[in-house]
Amino acid sequence: MTTLDRPTTTGAEPGPTRHDPAPARRELGVVKVASHGFLLVWGALTVLPLLWMFLSSFKSDGEILSDPWGLPGALRLDNWARAWTEAHIGRYFLNSAIVVAGSLTLTMLLGATAAYVFARYEFRGRQVAYYLFVGGMMFPVFLALVPLFFVVRNAGLLGTWPGLMLVYAAYSLPFTVFFLTAFFRTLPTAVAEAALIDGCGHFRLFFRVMLPMARPGLISVAIFNFLSHWNQFILPQVLMQGDDSKYVLAQGLTALAVSQGYQGDYSGLFAGLTIATLPVLVVYAAFQRQIQAGLTAGQLK
Amino acid sequence: MRHGKYPLIITFLLPPLALYVLFVISPYLQAFQISTTSWLGYSAQADPVGLANFRAMLHDDRVWNAIGNNAILLAVVPVLTIGLGLFFATMLSMGGRGDRAGVTGVRGSAFYRLVYFFPQVLSVVIIALLWREIYHPNNGLLNGLLRAVGLPAPTWLGDPRTAFWCVLAVMVWSNVGFYVVLFGAAMSAIPRDIYEAVLLDGASRWVTLRRITIPLLWDTVQVAWIYLAIAALDGFILVQLMTNGGPNFSSDVIGLRMYETAFGSESKFGYASAIGVVMFFLTLTVAVLALRAARRERIEYS
Repeated sequence: MTTLDRPTTTGAEPGPTRHDPAPARRELGVVKVASHGFLLVWGALTVLPLLWMFLSSFKSDGEILSDPWGLPGALRLDNWARAWTEAHIGRYFLNSAIVVAGSLTLTMLLGATAAYVFARYEFRGRQVAYYLFVGGMMFPVFLALVPLFFVVRNAGLLGTWPGLMLVYAAYSLPFTVFFLTAFFRTLPTAVAEAALIDGCGHFRLFFRVMLPMARPGLISVAIFNFLSHWNQFILPQVLMQGDDSKYVLAQGLTALAVSQGYQGDYSGLFAGLTIATLPVLVVYAAFQRQIQAGLTAGQLK
Repeated sequence: MRHGKYPLIITFLLPPLALYVLFVISPYLQAFQISTTSWLGYSAQADPVGLANFRAMLHDDRVWNAIGNNAILLAVVPVLTIGLGLFFATMLSMGGRGDRAGVTGVRGSAFYRLVYFFPQVLSVVIIALLWREIYHPNNGLLNGLLRAVGLPAPTWLGDPRTAFWCVLAVMVWSNVGFYVVLFGAAMSAIPRDIYEAVLLDGASRWVTLRRITIPLLWDTVQVAWIYLAIAALDGFILVQLMTNGGPNFSSDVIGLRMYETAFGSESKFGYASAIGVVMFFLTLTVAVLALRAARRERIEYS
């Protein structure tokens, strides 16, 4: 998934619907049962693979090979321990956290400042610069891969975390700027004018007044960028080759899948996948509304 | 104004602009230039060869094979995903009108929305690796089920006839949930009285969907179409991790072809960039066509 995949908007959950009393119709009862059936089937199709991964992470390799649908005979947490230490999933997890912390901070800072300037100030070349940024949403990241490799290498940043952070941030800017410019434009101008008249400087105005006012928009776009940075695979695969102690989680999992193929360590692979999945699912379940709204947002405008 | 605005504009705009030009704009521009050279590997030698790379591509069966697969993805994935997305979104927001008039969602619709969206927050890498195990011929979930009911157990990803379709199914599986939520949000913006009026007139559920819901959702469907079309022209991560294009190139896609050409054993950077340029124009064409084909009068609720 590249960071340019998907725009956002502020989609809302459907509101409560009215329940007017009315005569029942038998035909509709059948439809109702059928529709529940279809919904359940798709729900099962979604949950079953994940549940299977979770259960298999406790099985022994023998159990996995002999009976894919069986339950684990015991709660083998040593699979998890093996994936965490021997397959270095723990380290990759930490690496990903470091890279994403840096890239997300950078993206939000640079994206918010640029968007603020585009939304609030008139200057020559503004249109050109804005469309230069936003046009980046259109391009497939593939086209840039080869030259990007050399740009990063010439900058001495190949195989380094700062290199990844800068590149993630650069490729997230088009959408971030697009979304936040629209958001800053919706904020009332009166507050800013009052602050300027009161002698507030332009910089203070941004950090003390505008940024706090833009919080809902910042949160939406931060969630979007967090997921796309955390799940990034193509960029690290090209820019972080070689030294596997610096791999991010997505690379570490593919490395685990490859070594699992040689060793037949199926339980270790399932444990690694589960460790990588659980935190994301927990965060998602906790912030479901914001995440769904954040990810489907821009599309509805 | 007491303080000039230019110090702020410069401090706020220059760093992002510099970063963006260095890592995004300049590689894109260089890619076009590199595509007209014979640059091989890590040597500095890159002779200009004009359009020779593009001519070579016309006779490259592997590239055509990959483009063919992307064309199938383009024809099938958006239709299936949008179809299923609309179907489930309709069920969720209107399925429960059994004993009441008006339009109500089914019970547990919040729960369904939570679950359907799961694949969207997972990394494509996890999805690809998990499904590779599900399709595993011996100890996979799928063949475990088929064996239990006494059906033959195919090799799925190991069979050139099925490998590509298995990847395609995962692509649809991982996208449907997002569009259920997206369409659901758009449907909730449609005024309820419209549905109530239509129901009073005795319209069936199918007519309601076809004549009311879909026309009113058209903008959203159009956006979905464009995003899915762009995703169908990619498919790189799923294919690379699930089949690596095999067996025998049966599931190859253009993105993987480009990646292998550049970072595989040969490192033909000139040729790979030419493939990238073709991808770029394909994506652009598809996006523009999707926009034009789907253009309709915009409906605003008064």
